Amino acid sequence: MKLLHLKPGHSAIVSAINIDDPGLSRRLEAMGFTVGQEVKLLRKAWWNGPLHVRVGMTTEVAMRRHEAQGIEIEPSVNQV
Amino acid sequence: MTYCHGSGGTTLSPELTSKRVSVMGMPNVGKSTLFNQITGASAFVGNWPGVTVDLLEAEVELEGQPVEFVDLPGIYDLEGYSEDERVVQDFFERFPVNLVLVVLNAGQIDRQIRLALQVKALGIPGMVILNMADEAQHFGIQIHVEKLEEKLGMPVALVSAKYNRGIVQAKHKIRHLLAQSQAVSSPQDLTLKIEAHEQIPPSAIADVLAETVEMPSQLYRTFTQRLDSLLLHPIIGLPLFFLTIYLMFQFVWEVGLPSQDFADAFTSWLQAAAIEPLTAGLPAFLRGFLVDGLYGGLATVISFVPLVVLFFFMMAIIEDSGYFSRAAYMMDAIMYRLGLDGRSFVLLIMGFGCNIPAIMGARVMRSRSLRFLTILIMPFALCSARLTVFVFIIDALFDRTWGPLVLLSLYIISFLVALATGFLMKGQFANKEPFVIELPPYRFPTLQQIWLRGWGELREFLRRATGFITAGVVGVWLMSNLPQGTANPIGSAGLTLAIGVPLVFGMVTGGDAVKAFLQQAGVWIIVGVLAVLLLTNLPGTGDQSYAVRLGEFFAPVLSPIGIPEELTIALIFGFIAKEIVVGSLATIYSLSDPNAIQATIAQTISPIQAYSFMLFCLLYSPCVATLATIRSEAKNVSFTFFSVVYGLVLAWVVSFIFYQGANLLS
Repeated sequence: MKLLHLKPGHSAIVSAINIDDPGLSRRLEAMGFTVGQEVKLLRKAWWNGPLHVRVGMTTEVAMRRHEAQGIEIEPSVNQV
Repeated sequence: MTYCHGSGGTTLSPELTSKRVSVMGMPNVGKSTLFNQITGASAFVGNWPGVTVDLLEAEVELEGQPVEFVDLPGIYDLEGYSEDERVVQDFFERFPVNLVLVVLNAGQIDRQIRLALQVKALGIPGMVILNMADEAQHFGIQIHVEKLEEKLGMPVALVSAKYNRGIVQAKHKIRHLLAQSQAVSSPQDLTLKIEAHEQIPPSAIADVLAETVEMPSQLYRTFTQRLDSLLLHPIIGLPLFFLTIYLMFQFVWEVGLPSQDFADAFTSWLQAAAIEPLTAGLPAFLRGFLVDGLYGGLATVISFVPLVVLFFFMMAIIEDSGYFSRAAYMMDAIMYRLGLDGRSFVLLIMGFGCNIPAIMGARVMRSRSLRFLTILIMPFALCSARLTVFVFIIDALFDRTWGPLVLLSLYIISFLVALATGFLMKGQFANKEPFVIELPPYRFPTLQQIWLRGWGELREFLRRATGFITAGVVGVWLMSNLPQGTANPIGSAGLTLAIGVPLVFGMVTGGDAVKAFLQQAGVWIIVGVLAVLLLTNLPGTGDQSYAVRLGEFFAPVLSPIGIPEELTIALIFGFIAKEIVVGSLATIYSLSDPNAIQATIAQTISPIQAYSFMLFCLLYSPCVATLATIRSEAKNVSFTFFSVVYGLVLAWVVSFIFYQGANLLS
């Protein structure tokens, strides 16, 4: 599953980052998107706008849907 | 952030004369606040990544020893690929440092510690400053400093720069480290290491964090989350943002205008009490120059000081609050369709303060096309200098209930023109820049931070007022009062000087110096020669002033858009700085009292003409300093030229449509 398909208010674990652009993948890594990290989708902006994502415990990020397609996730253990 | 004064020309030398300490860290971790606390400098801060885009440098005495501090722009990755990351890499590849302060947000230590590990892997002597200890505590994060020092092999200090906590201890630690005369970083070795783009393995990070940092198992619903559910609401979120901005401008108008009357009263009093008696004995020409030209012009400009400072107080509060990042999130959907992104929108709003930092802020964008398109729309942002022109004219022609609405309409037009430009040009500047930005927690600036910002702007405003605003006002006065009967006083003499000085200079010093001189001043010489040629070949007779003849010369272009001939000279000098437009009105109407000028404007210009003039003023060209910034940021002369021509043509077309349309309707 991709981060893009997560429902608002739900959490998951990052399982892989499939992004070709080395600049972007390093930027995401620096922001905390690493394999095994917990992510929570807080909300989606109107008119197909960006996603509001919390990564880890204390970092919040806005990213476009296109970028969220490159982040693979798997269900979080403490959630059904 | 550097406001209205371009890049702050650093004087760093590759040799170490004193101890050098650089401050680095991810964007928005409070580096500049820390830098200010340590050095006593007044770098601008904001809760928005990329506020510091240039190197800032300060020399301070640290417990009796001189130390040079360098504040670097925030970067996510010491080995990354973006323009701002390049600036920091270049710095380390060129300048040796005794110590690097790696500033981390203590609340995000779990991911930011990576930067400290990169510094260590590169072999640069470093010290970790865990800033925002207050926020980390709030989150319930526990950090065992001594254990962390041991595992990292680097000294660590836990501080809150904003509330000045732990700074004294941190300074003491820095001093202690510098006294130990440890190894200095060697730039030559770093180039290879940085270019390898080596990654830090996640296991190394986990290893350092184990037993040293305890993250909370559960995050409580924070203030930021509660506020976000309102301010980021899918339907009312954006209207709320625009309402906030509107209320801010409304406040500036309601409080700023009366404060301007106080300033007016003061300058009028000073004129009656001191300036007029002192100049009483002088010849009429000189007296007119000093009182109507210089003093009248400057007094009008100075009367806007309270308004401008108030405006920047408000900007500081909104910028520091973190609301701008949210605006970027909410506006991205629209901006994307205009070929831009959410960050371009935030820069545009910052451009309402001053276009220059907004243009420089585009550096955080990696795609050249996106950066160019963002830079292209920035000059249309109604900056605080143009605000003074509009407030002055609106106050003269519209009553105080209609005034704010007229001003609001100009803001809306400024905004729409910028967005329309994006839409028109997105084909030429297509980009695939990814959009990923951090949304920091809401913060409220301390009174000290707001004050620093307002004070910094005031100082900057006064520096400009005594510099080229004065020069511009003087220029307008000379143009309006020369020639004094003689047909051609500056023509041939001016040409001789413009061509002769470099020639003589060249013969004396040899070719290289001339080349350097021409590169430095070449543009100005061309402008000067063209200006002199234009002036000497103007229509009209020597009995009229240059200003009148220039007005006649440009009349075929400016009368279709309703701009009266006498205001032509103000527009020409407005190329230098928009404050000169306000200052030159005193000269144009030969009056030094701002109230009298406003009364004369109301009698001689119709509201439709005035609005057309304001539209033209808003769009035709930013100031010289902004143009210089566009050139240095884009590193492209033809793009800079294009941006000027585009603005001029657009300004004329918009004013033409408005003026002719309004006349047809009325």
